[in-house]
Amino acid sequence: MSLKVAVVVFPGTNCEHDVARALGDLGASCELVFHDRSRLAGFDAVVLPGGFAHGDYLRPGAIARFSPVMGEVRRLAGEGAPVLGICNGFQVLTEAGLLPGALQRNAGLRFVCRPVRVRIESQSCVLTRHLEPGTVLRIPVNHMLGNYVCEPATLAELRAESRIVARYVDNPNGSLDDIAGVCNRQGNVVGLMPHPERACDPLLGPPDGRPLLAGLLGARAPLDAGLL
Amino acid sequence: MLVEVTHREGVADPEGATIERALPALGFGGVSRVRVGKAIRFELEADSEEAARREVEEMCRRLLANPVIEQASSSVVAAPGPASRAEGGRA
Repeated sequence: MSLKVAVVVFPGTNCEHDVARALGDLGASCELVFHDRSRLAGFDAVVLPGGFAHGDYLRPGAIARFSPVMGEVRRLAGEGAPVLGICNGFQVLTEAGLLPGALQRNAGLRFVCRPVRVRIESQSCVLTRHLEPGTVLRIPVNHMLGNYVCEPATLAELRAESRIVARYVDNPNGSLDDIAGVCNRQGNVVGLMPHPERACDPLLGPPDGRPLLAGLLGARAPLDAGLL
Repeated sequence: MLVEVTHREGVADPEGATIERALPALGFGGVSRVRVGKAIRFELEADSEEAARREVEEMCRRLLANPVIEQASSSVVAAPGPASRAEGGRA
């Protein structure tokens, strides 16, 4: 039976169909769920896609974290279900406190929208469990606020616990320590600035996003067995 | 109330840095420590100024600022006088 993935749609989210299509092609059964849902029953994984949740008013993710659905995202994350935030979804997860740090305006004040190379640094999260560290993937970024920052103590902790999931090979946004993605301590909650769903169809270039999204789908069993 | 949210000291402020570079180009010398932030202005009913301050501090902590990268300061500004408010405002 295919995994059931909730793809969360806030007002202003705009990558939900790309995510659902990419995960569907990998065999998942996706349902777009609107942010006002206060019950997410029967889902194996959750994706918070990119876009501009609640218009990015105040700060990206600042309002989205109070959406009714976030209580359920928090519950599923606590139960060990894979939760992936892509771009704006990553910003929502940091604002919600499900991931450490914050994403601020790109250094140089430039909106960056192009494929970048990211190096997989750790196998400690659901997305990269089956990828060899050092693997370089070509995945598009598309953001104005992708410049990851955190406290020095948090950075030390992320490094020590191998929670920096991926680093930029050529840092496009000034991100601290070239960070492109991080995960929580259990490895089931992951935030990525690059958009793996935009690198899944060979028509658009190398399908380097597929192994990451496949990891999201394949990870439930090893996570349950290994970490919880 | 007036709440000002700026980047924390030590956090890079690329907008501030850009403005700091632009001003001398127009002949404005001697400008330093430019910080760009946002101002949030609102009216608040409270029993006392102290109670209002406490409430605003809580608002900053829980919503208006992200403590990882931002700091907030608040000040009480006089509300519009009776002449400009239909219901006759407080000073």
